[in-house]
Amino acid sequence: MEVYLDNSATTMCYPEVGELVYKIMCQDYGNPSSMHRKGVQAEHYIRDAKETLAKLLKVNPGEIFFTSGGTESDNLALIGCARAGRRRGNHLITTSIEHPAILNTMRYLEEEEGFRVTYLPVDAAGRVKLDALKDALCPETILVSIMYVNNEVGTVQPVAEAARIVKQYNPSILFHTDAVQGFGKYRIWPKRMGIDLLSASGHKIHGPKGVGFLYIGPNVKIRPILFGGEQQKNIRSGTENVPGIAGLALASKMIYRDLEMKTALMRELKGRFLEGIKKIDNTVVHGLTDEGSAPHIISVGIAGIRSEVLLHTLEEKGIYVSSGSACSSNHPSVSGVLKGIGAAREYLDATLRFSMSEFTKKEEIDYTLETLYNCVPTLRKYTRH
Amino acid sequence: MEFHSFLIKYGEIGIKGKNRYMFEDALVRQIRYALSDVDGDFYVHKCHGRVYVDCNGEYDYEETVEHISRVFGIVGICPVVRKEVKEIEELKKDVVSYMGEMYPEGNCTFKVEARRANKRYPMNSMEINCALGEAVLDAFPDMKVDVHNPDVRLNVEIREEVYLYSEIIPGPGGMPVGTNGSAMLLLSGGIDSPVAGYMIAKRGVEIEAVYFHAPPYTSERAKEKVMDLAKLVSVYSGPIKLHVVNFTDIQLYIYEKCPHEELTIIMRRYMMRIAEHFAKKDGCLGLITGESIGQVASQTMQSLAATNAVCTLPVYRPLVGFDKREIVEISEKIGTYEVSIQPFEDCCTIFVAKHPVTKPNLERIEKSELNLTEKIDELMQTALDTTETIIIGQKEADSF
Repeated sequence: MEVYLDNSATTMCYPEVGELVYKIMCQDYGNPSSMHRKGVQAEHYIRDAKETLAKLLKVNPGEIFFTSGGTESDNLALIGCARAGRRRGNHLITTSIEHPAILNTMRYLEEEEGFRVTYLPVDAAGRVKLDALKDALCPETILVSIMYVNNEVGTVQPVAEAARIVKQYNPSILFHTDAVQGFGKYRIWPKRMGIDLLSASGHKIHGPKGVGFLYIGPNVKIRPILFGGEQQKNIRSGTENVPGIAGLALASKMIYRDLEMKTALMRELKGRFLEGIKKIDNTVVHGLTDEGSAPHIISVGIAGIRSEVLLHTLEEKGIYVSSGSACSSNHPSVSGVLKGIGAAREYLDATLRFSMSEFTKKEEIDYTLETLYNCVPTLRKYTRH
Repeated sequence: MEFHSFLIKYGEIGIKGKNRYMFEDALVRQIRYALSDVDGDFYVHKCHGRVYVDCNGEYDYEETVEHISRVFGIVGICPVVRKEVKEIEELKKDVVSYMGEMYPEGNCTFKVEARRANKRYPMNSMEINCALGEAVLDAFPDMKVDVHNPDVRLNVEIREEVYLYSEIIPGPGGMPVGTNGSAMLLLSGGIDSPVAGYMIAKRGVEIEAVYFHAPPYTSERAKEKVMDLAKLVSVYSGPIKLHVVNFTDIQLYIYEKCPHEELTIIMRRYMMRIAEHFAKKDGCLGLITGESIGQVASQTMQSLAATNAVCTLPVYRPLVGFDKREIVEISEKIGTYEVSIQPFEDCCTIFVAKHPVTKPNLERIEKSELNLTEKIDELMQTALDTTETIIIGQKEADSF
């Protein structure tokens, strides 16, 4: 049995999306900037994609900008807005548990471009402390970036409350959210929530890799970080990735179809898994287990087994999971998020992330639990002294 | 300057008496292997006791030299300009234009060294030397002749064509692979073992390798890393037959039955036994390890002796007297360092004790191994039976 429980790392492409991407690559391959019919046809794909996404987010199509993925969207939002807003102030705020695409970009702005950055702490559930946000806001603050769903433990951040606090303090401070793990799981309406910029990625929602988008609200001043042919209103130069963009839009449309039913199902499976994992002693579930946590992410610490060993053991049984966060798993360093939420020492190097999708089945969860019941006691026998 | 050939200079091969042809044939074979993935039409051949690479048509000079200079046995590579055999006045023009292009500053000392393999040429070597030397002096007033210690030795060889060369690019030395039997390398993912393999291959030895894989404790990526390392070594050594042994069950059994501080030594003794099994099966004449005295607990003199005791084949440890820094230098030079430092756990470190024995007593170790009697033979057999064999570094043009 093959069980893919690493959907927060990446997802299977919807077959319909794959077919569309292939068709555009091989048949409708025009450059949207070309004057002729093939160019116009390509432009239509992009226009349709913007309309699809705008409708889902309840924003205007002209506010959607396509990028190469979540990382580029985050870079464009932070660097582009920081540079454009420099005259208003040089203070930026984010949280200590962001994805490296945010954290390392912030570090760059701090070290290379002279901005001051505040990294907000989180509570034991992995939720940003709003009091700390209130304290951090100051007249120099120009941008606040808080992720929608944490990619390692799944905690949903109080984005709307945070945005309200920020806007109450000073409406001209921009609010960005990295919604790479939240888009496709929640109905997110930036305008209603006070979000000025929102990043999302295609391959986390059963779309293609190498494509994502950044929503940029109407009052946002932003500078490009790439220079070239001035496509997309000169915010993001480069020939548009037409197949990817069309694929991203179709995947978005599909993942939001019957969303409530799908997330309810994932919650049910998550509950089943959490119930089952209790039967293994010396385990801990990081973050929250209720509605405060995303429906698809479960982070479990299993004391006494290095996560990599358990990961490979499960792999041999056909079960694919992540240790910590897949994006940073190449580095054997301990997860900053787990430290940030104050996880006990024995779990820092012994935590696995199981992440589901709408394709996850009950039998797969049961099989995974069964496999854990079988292999955890054996693995615990052999430890490093 | 456009070069038409490379003259390959080899050192030690020249002194090998009646076996000389065998060494030269191996050298030719290895140069062909090295050039098999370079674009261009190359003709590698022996001629009058020399080895030449003739380049027909276009080729990339830098890439070609880089590939040739990886071949063990070569001490120098001379880029050659070939000209038609013509009477002396025409030859003078060719030589002057060669010198002008090679040494545009025109202020070096030089010496002409002519050789006349084609005895039908109407002048002897001495006369050619004088005539060409004079022509160069006339053309470049700032050049001087120095017959004892010249900056430039201009070689003029008159054969079916005239060969002009004056530069030598150093080669790696050593002996062509395939002239000294084969040996089994214990290849881990570390810095040392690929270097050890490289050094033994340099002496003309064909390399096979064995890697101990311990899933789930080591990952698929660790195995790929070892395959990448074997590939990098194979650039010099030629194709490597890699045996991937699943070592987990043996390791866990030792963990269960033996004192923890002896685990690494006992484990290494079983690795040696397995390596020797495959070595003997394939007719290898020795084992190779990257051990260096005292580097870690398992490489003290006592530990090496305890490990060595299970082997009947000689164990070659080319790095035995090297410091880590020296080993790193070689690994950087041969290009394995970057891969070696990728952080994947290998099977030697997964259960390593906090305080492993550093002065193991052989009798005690052997006694501990008695605890394994019940199941170890069966586990060893399973490990041998399930070993995966992969040929690394095979090129399409291997059929030469």
